[in-house]
Amino acid sequence: MNKVLMKGNEAIAEAAIRAGCLHFFGYPITPQTEVAAYFSKKLPKLGGTFLQAESEVAAINMVLGAASAGVRAMTSSSSPGVSLKTEGISYIIGSDLPCLIINVQRGGPGLGGIQPSQSDYWQATKAPGHGDGHLLVYAPDRVQEIIEYIFTAFDKAEQYRMPAMLLLDGTLGQMMEPVSFDDIPVPVKHEKPWATNGHKNAREHNIINSLYLKPEELEIKNFERFERYAKVCENEQRYEEYMTDDAEIIIVAIGIAARVSKSAIDDARAAGIKVGLLRPITVFPFPTKAFDRIKNDPKVKNILTVELNMGQMTDDVKLALECKKPVELLRHTGGIVPTPKEVFAKLCEINGGIRK
Amino acid sequence: MAYNILFAGFGGQGVQFAAKVTTYSGMMSGMEVSLLPSYGPEMRGGTSNCAVRIDSKMIASPIVNEPNLLMALNQPSYDKFAEKVEAGGTVIFDDSLIKRSDTRTDISVYPIPATKLAREHGFVGLANMIALGYMAKKTGFLSLDIIKEGLAKAVPASKAALLGKNIEALEFGFNY
Repeated sequence: MNKVLMKGNEAIAEAAIRAGCLHFFGYPITPQTEVAAYFSKKLPKLGGTFLQAESEVAAINMVLGAASAGVRAMTSSSSPGVSLKTEGISYIIGSDLPCLIINVQRGGPGLGGIQPSQSDYWQATKAPGHGDGHLLVYAPDRVQEIIEYIFTAFDKAEQYRMPAMLLLDGTLGQMMEPVSFDDIPVPVKHEKPWATNGHKNAREHNIINSLYLKPEELEIKNFERFERYAKVCENEQRYEEYMTDDAEIIIVAIGIAARVSKSAIDDARAAGIKVGLLRPITVFPFPTKAFDRIKNDPKVKNILTVELNMGQMTDDVKLALECKKPVELLRHTGGIVPTPKEVFAKLCEINGGIRK
Repeated sequence: MAYNILFAGFGGQGVQFAAKVTTYSGMMSGMEVSLLPSYGPEMRGGTSNCAVRIDSKMIASPIVNEPNLLMALNQPSYDKFAEKVEAGGTVIFDDSLIKRSDTRTDISVYPIPATKLAREHGFVGLANMIALGYMAKKTGFLSLDIIKEGLAKAVPASKAALLGKNIEALEFGFNY
């Protein structure tokens, strides 16, 4: 297998190009600027569009335009920049357009900091913009998986006609790991009969719009959209389990928090603590199916969530468990990443010490 | 064996490149690897640092809180990270730029005047490779041959002309 070292941010851009996305609109912000830098070198040679817009607001509206024409289009930013994009994201949701948005999260709120964070979880999963609406949200935890889910995100965004997001953190954007493009899938081609792509009067003209002045029409649109979301929740949940079979304590964590937790789990297992990891890969849809066994399994005594925020995902975990198991939270914010030692200490505390 | 390595120095001393060479070398010796650079204002002076993990097992977290191997190329880096080195760990540091500031006896500490040697022997800008060669000699964490292979991978095609000099600097450090 042919392996190269790549930064998460570079892998995002390379994978997107290979997935057929030749249209990128962005605005620089730490810690994800390498995404745009990579595109800027590659896209002009491929006949694509790389455009550094005058602002994040402009960039997301350019994505709206390109997506309307039926091409694969994307933008990338970090937390404060994504907040600026939320108006456009809502318009894209309201126009039923597929596209990809990257959020390499940094500490917040406000300008916050530039170190890794997961504090846009609520924004990504509950309120990506005004109005009723959702994004497909993927939260990979390694560079190879970022590549894999770039393909999935474009495919599913087009299948369900909704925008998709990769929700990452500064660590994943900046870190380098060996990756291979040997086994990447062939991009799925979706018909786009709705696209406003020029037809020389061969058909009725298409209109892309999110304005419905008649409440009845708007309501029908919203109900129809939520029928699609129901299918998404039914069919698109993704998660990974690590040593959960006999686990008495199950950690639920995503991204870098999941990787730190894996380190702690190896140490805890060596100390005789039965602990495993449930790692959501989709956070919208939240992988509720993974909790069907856990919530009714008498072996499982405790759930521990590990988050780089004040406990945003913990809400979803409690809902998925229907509050049938006690949930504890280990959290850091502002750019601080928990250490494996901290997680290990918390596991010992929950376990009531180390008993072999 | 698992190596949790921290490369630290001023921005411009080539700590990120030394880390990249090491990561490639680890990868080519068949080990699992990860590299996590510091980013932001740290890059512009002070302690630009880069965490590299090399392990026979799959790497969970790429973060290195307590290195077992440290390369320190400036004083702030030594002061900040020497105390974090795991007991039994090893420190390689440039004593033409750094005064040892700790009194630890539970770690192995190897000075090499890498910057001075680079200046005197025609390796200006390659103190990083001299230190890396010395690190390989003192710890055996990777063989010199595999580091040469990693170096060839890490040098971009546009700078291929610089590969030879980098290899010479690496060997110079190894034979110091």
